[in-house]
Amino acid sequence: MSEKKKKIHLDFNTEWEYAPAPESADHVQLKKQYELFINGKWVKPSSGKYFDTINPATEEKLASIAEANEKDVDLAVKAARNAYDKYWSKMSGAERGKYIFRIARMLQEKAREFAVIESMDGGKPIRESRDIDIPLAASHFFYYAGWADKLEYAFPNRNPGPLGVAGQITPWNFPLLMVAWKLAPALATGNTVVLKPAETTSLTALKLAELIQEADLPPGVVNVVTGYGATGAAIVNHPDVDKIAFTGSTAVGKIIQRAIAGTHKKVTLELGGKAANIIFEDAPLDQAVEGIINGIFFNQGHVCCAGSRLFVQEGVYDTVLRKLKDRMETLIVGDPLDKNTDVGAINSQDQLRTIQEYLKIGQKEGAEMYQSSCPVPKKGFWCRPTLFLHASQSHRIVQEEIFGPVLAVQTFRTVAEVIEKANNTPYGLSAGVWTDKGSKIFNMTTQMRAGVVWANTYNKFDPTSPFGGYKESGFGREGGLHGLQPYLKM
Amino acid sequence: MAKPIIANIPDSPPIDQVGVEERAARLSSRSIKKSSKVSALKLALSMIDLTTLEGSDTPGKVRQLCYKAAHLHDVFPGLPTVGAVCVYPNYVRIAKKELEGSGINVAAVATAFPSGNSTLQVKLDDTKYAVDEGADEIDMVISRGKFLAGEYNFVYDEIAAIKEACGKAHLKVILETGELSTYDNVRKASDIAMYAGGDFIKTSTGKISPAATLPVTLVMLEAIRDYYYKTGKMVGMKPAGGIRTAKQSLQYLVTLRETLGQAWMNNHWFRFGASSLANDILMQLVKEQTGVYQSLDYFSKD
Amino acid sequence: MAKTKSTTTRATRTTAETPQVVAQPEANGQDKPGRLGVQKTYKLYIGGQFPRTESGRYYRLTSADGKLAANICRGSRKDFRNAVVAARSAFHGWSGRSHANRGQILYRIGEMLEGRKAQFVEELVQLGSTREQAENEVFAAIDRCIHYAGWCDKYQQIFSAVNPVASSHFNFSVLEPMGVVSAFAPEETGLLGLVSAILPAIAGGNTIVILASESRPTSAISFAEVVNSSDVPGGVVNILTGLRSELKGHFSTHMDVNAMIYCGNDPALSKELQINSVENIKRLRIWDHQDWSSSEAQSPYKILDLQETKTTWHPVGI
Repeated sequence: MSEKKKKIHLDFNTEWEYAPAPESADHVQLKKQYELFINGKWVKPSSGKYFDTINPATEEKLASIAEANEKDVDLAVKAARNAYDKYWSKMSGAERGKYIFRIARMLQEKAREFAVIESMDGGKPIRESRDIDIPLAASHFFYYAGWADKLEYAFPNRNPGPLGVAGQITPWNFPLLMVAWKLAPALATGNTVVLKPAETTSLTALKLAELIQEADLPPGVVNVVTGYGATGAAIVNHPDVDKIAFTGSTAVGKIIQRAIAGTHKKVTLELGGKAANIIFEDAPLDQAVEGIINGIFFNQGHVCCAGSRLFVQEGVYDTVLRKLKDRMETLIVGDPLDKNTDVGAINSQDQLRTIQEYLKIGQKEGAEMYQSSCPVPKKGFWCRPTLFLHASQSHRIVQEEIFGPVLAVQTFRTVAEVIEKANNTPYGLSAGVWTDKGSKIFNMTTQMRAGVVWANTYNKFDPTSPFGGYKESGFGREGGLHGLQPYLKM
Repeated sequence: MAKPIIANIPDSPPIDQVGVEERAARLSSRSIKKSSKVSALKLALSMIDLTTLEGSDTPGKVRQLCYKAAHLHDVFPGLPTVGAVCVYPNYVRIAKKELEGSGINVAAVATAFPSGNSTLQVKLDDTKYAVDEGADEIDMVISRGKFLAGEYNFVYDEIAAIKEACGKAHLKVILETGELSTYDNVRKASDIAMYAGGDFIKTSTGKISPAATLPVTLVMLEAIRDYYYKTGKMVGMKPAGGIRTAKQSLQYLVTLRETLGQAWMNNHWFRFGASSLANDILMQLVKEQTGVYQSLDYFSKD
Repeated sequence: MAKTKSTTTRATRTTAETPQVVAQPEANGQDKPGRLGVQKTYKLYIGGQFPRTESGRYYRLTSADGKLAANICRGSRKDFRNAVVAARSAFHGWSGRSHANRGQILYRIGEMLEGRKAQFVEELVQLGSTREQAENEVFAAIDRCIHYAGWCDKYQQIFSAVNPVASSHFNFSVLEPMGVVSAFAPEETGLLGLVSAILPAIAGGNTIVILASESRPTSAISFAEVVNSSDVPGGVVNILTGLRSELKGHFSTHMDVNAMIYCGNDPALSKELQINSVENIKRLRIWDHQDWSSSEAQSPYKILDLQETKTTWHPVGI
């Protein structure tokens, strides 16, 4: 055949291309301006200040969001306390559960609207918000709703009760899903909540507040105060808050922990990560490549448990890299609302700057940068899927969390070597292991110092599955029976 | 029991069922719209091996099918013809005559199709007969019983022998994936078929359920890719059986595009083995053109 | 362990740092007229060895009758550092032991303690307990060993889970020990409080460095001798004596310590330890039981307190 003489190369720049397939956004109802949701009502911020939330794919403004200050947070905490004393702690678990079931059901009904807003506000591909974020959020509510009247079965020989008012601060990478991870167990265990969503992605939390209003929850059980770090700090420092739940950076987690030292407040932290994704020679390689792709390019790499350190056993390094590069060529980067988009927009200009800074650092450190050749839109915040080859354990791109679509690639020879390198990090949130040998899997998963280990899969989530880290990745678990504990007095 | 290793064939990598099915599901969720849909559907038509493999086949049936192959829907201008017509060996001569000058190939199933349970000599005779009758392509079946018993060298040697008997005719090797039970086996059989000289690998006879599925096809396309990486030689792919709708054909094309890319996106390297797919694609094409949903009553059966 | 060995042979030094004036030791313990009792030197327990403090310092412990009970090692930050090294190097082996084996070893501690209960009673009485109190404390400590010995191969079943995820995956959550634990033993009880902190930590596969009660340290060191003769690998339990005020910073900031137990209820100290433990997101556990003989002070939830939950996913397919 004539192909014989050609260079061995697969061409994914095909004549046949996918036409744009934009998800319709005309059914979405967004207000021009969002107020604070306190005590079941929409109230103006006492400062009168608002900030813009923009679509990171177009840099266009979506809405104005109220900025809550200490005074507003105080009102919210008072409302939550009042709701706790008056309604929520007095209600039977079964009744409480029915409210939460109702939230789950209503969220399913409005799932597509939430998905579109999530993609518009945060930049994530509609495929992910539609198939992962929103359905998972709904199923979290559904799962924890059922726990509300069964708590005494969860902890043998204990009589668990709620803590009181929970202050919850959520990140921008999975805006609604992280709200669900926090709200659902808090409400099921009988706590009331003051929630602060991340400032770049407040919209779905506010839409959820509308939904909660429609669901007729007693006023003050859930309060949403939008704003920046200062708003979060006001919650953390409020004396009448009994519990802080935070997902975000390790640096901010530490600030929170110091701030509440010496108080009665309980805390759970879900912080950063730098997970190792380990590919052995005997792995199912094509599925492993999917796992690598899903591990680092899912949600633009804005994932605390992203498999951002790839370890490939030397015997299959060339094969894996060839497959990986070819697979990267098929990734479609662009309009988050296009149903075929694989990698959406970087969440914010700030985050894009951070990622770009790391791209410079990586090159300066001597790692070889490889990016897919896909076109990216002119407007908006974008980063091509990126590999750093020949990375070293001592490189900053290997040690520090980048929180973008950037993968540091290293090789290894033996099990002992890779375990040592994989664990050689202050983080311990997650890890991936790919091998066809069962006993090796159990050996590896036992030795990885990480809270979630994916073997022959990656980035899987489920409401029944506890999630959370070892070491500087935080403590406490979200999801499953274990996720109840941080919200209970026992 | 340690599996015997066949000389000159690299170990086939393991396949994780859940992973490959997830990937296939993701590929099948690509949204193909408008102009992209029209060009893909036309491409799919050109890739069809229009097939009749019934005990009740007659010269009349074969003639009608051949006419359809060259005249898919004459009221719709600019349509391609199908890739080939696929028949039993005893109808090759008729099909060949009917298709003369159309540029459409005649493919014949051979080697004691569909079970493959016969002697090598019978299979060679079957193959030679079909080639002598004028078949451009031979669709052989592998000996699944031998494969499942671990007699990989037997399977390899048989394919190699049939390949020799094919002469200039292209050899498609049917794995009958529905009888292989695991993706690991599909992968291994694909590797054996390619290294033994198959020009195409094909999922199914159409006589066993499940026939072609998207994950099975993905596994085989990945085997083709790995063979290409290693040897630089291209091998074709033919999913067959169970592909009835235009939507399915688009999913296969998406899978092909994102696994092997441009070089395989034509009927030299990719075929659909199908009997009813053509009309569903035609209905979709007319719908795209007119905006009106179609009825099968308006499309000729054969 | 080799690293700590040299400290055992180091000569004692009295230094200018010594905080108290030391009276001449008196010839107490004359159990038989005409025979001078042999006094015991209380040393530290690090990595399965009994070194004196590398600092050479001591503090004076007086008995209930006001006489010198013992000169107690005033352990230093370097002693603590050495103990953490020993605990870290013992962790892999100890956490890798079968749970049943850990149960046997904890039971062995109980057996050894039972055999030496008279000595522990005497030591507690010497420091002011009534004989009845002392006996109750020693019996409770022995029974606690047996209690936790039984938990070793059971807590995992109570707190682990198979999680019914919606996708085709087998998903399970198990407990794993946090790693190296530092601890301040309760001040008020010399033996029972100490074992109440040590046992749940090591039952769960952690290794521990614990600072004994400052005012009741002797039974801690005697307990170290029990541990040392109970098949507990060196480095799993490390017992220091010394001053909390001096060591609190190191116990709570050390970057290679995964968790800290503070047995006590001093709010200022709690806060300080909380702030310090942020450095490496150390898990700080405050166990503020008033009564260490209560059933509350003995629970599998104490084991759980020092465990991480690890969740593993694997596809189910063929």
